[in-house]
Amino acid sequence: MCLAIPARIIDRKGDRARVDFGDGVVREVNVSLVDAGVGDHVIVHAGFAIEVLDEKEAKETLRLWEEILST
Amino acid sequence: MFRYRDRNFANKIVEKVRELDVDVLLMHVCGTHQDTVVRYGLDTLLSSCGVKIRQGPGCPICVTTPTEYEEIIALAESGNIVAAFGDAVAAPGYNRSLMDARAQGSDVRIVYSIEDAVKVASKTYRKVVFMAIGFETTAPTTASTLLQKPPENFSILCCHRYIPPALHALLSSGEMRIQGLIEPGHVSTIIGLRPYEEISTKYQIPQVVAGFEPLDMMMAVYMLAKQIKRGEARVQNEYTRTVRYEGNQKALRLLDEVFDPSDIVWRGFSTIPNSAMKLRPEFSDYDAELLYSRVLEQVREQRFEESRECRCGEILRGLAEPKDCLLFAETCTPQHPVGPCMVSIEGSCSIEYRYRRRRTDRV
Repeated sequence: MCLAIPARIIDRKGDRARVDFGDGVVREVNVSLVDAGVGDHVIVHAGFAIEVLDEKEAKETLRLWEEILST
Repeated sequence: MFRYRDRNFANKIVEKVRELDVDVLLMHVCGTHQDTVVRYGLDTLLSSCGVKIRQGPGCPICVTTPTEYEEIIALAESGNIVAAFGDAVAAPGYNRSLMDARAQGSDVRIVYSIEDAVKVASKTYRKVVFMAIGFETTAPTTASTLLQKPPENFSILCCHRYIPPALHALLSSGEMRIQGLIEPGHVSTIIGLRPYEEISTKYQIPQVVAGFEPLDMMMAVYMLAKQIKRGEARVQNEYTRTVRYEGNQKALRLLDEVFDPSDIVWRGFSTIPNSAMKLRPEFSDYDAELLYSRVLEQVREQRFEESRECRCGEILRGLAEPKDCLLFAETCTPQHPVGPCMVSIEGSCSIEYRYRRRRTDRV
């Protein structure tokens, strides 16, 4: 089940964090699988954050695509 | 994130793919990728530039065998509380589902996370069995939970599977001339890129790990088409904002700690070696296989009749599409599913039905 959704950590206490999926949807998730802090974006699957979304990489991806497509 | 759905970008990619002048068949193994493909009409868009995309065994609900569903139903009917993800509750075994069992009085709870199932167990003296379904994206959540020592009355029926062995099974069968693989973004978040490298080497096939936005998939297709044109067979990562080469090391360590690989049948396939995650002996207190062995044996000894018209098996091997099945959208609908491909949100038939109900090419 690849269905996983990005969310921003709004507070964290040990293995639990409250995350904001946007549009006012806030849930508590387990963050024991990732090293992430408040303000980070994580990918959430089945109640757990499984990875941190690298914003720098996200922007770099878009930049790279622009480059590839303009050659 | 909406930059990843930009139509102008998409058109630019289509142009680039068209310039390559290819005629290729690509496969992906992820229900969420299929959803993106169908929802945004990428299959139609890409087939106009020589790229055909097919779904393989990427829906964990679908590849779990009918017998496993009958097992969890039997556990529910034996008086235990059974907890499972929503799709698993709706998925049919041979002729009924957990949902049907609930309608007949069994205590079946739909949960979003294994942690919800543990919460149920902590509030009752009754036995609770969680049906642990999913690939490497989901299995770490099970592993993490078991390592936290849940209550004694909690156990799992472990149906987790590894994806790479299924890729080997698909490619070594030679049933289809697959020329490139789009690898699942979130499974890859956990396993990284290394498991795919031996696949590229052994089968000389290019692979690209892709994210789930439409542009992620379009870009992955372009990267694959370029490799195919150049005769390359490398593993590339399109989803760099989330997938790292080494994967999620914490999650991988948990998987190693809790599970051992074992052989298991996948729906649509015969036995795929080392493709099941089996609980290690240290976790036998939570292993429903051991705790309820007598009930499960009785299920396995039964002879069940499978629907001969249901083509889920072929669909899972990429040999057929939903519209090829005579039951699609006629006898088999989300309200009355014959097979799991119509039930799971990640199943090909369910996705096809959701976005393109009419069989316009069928009289």
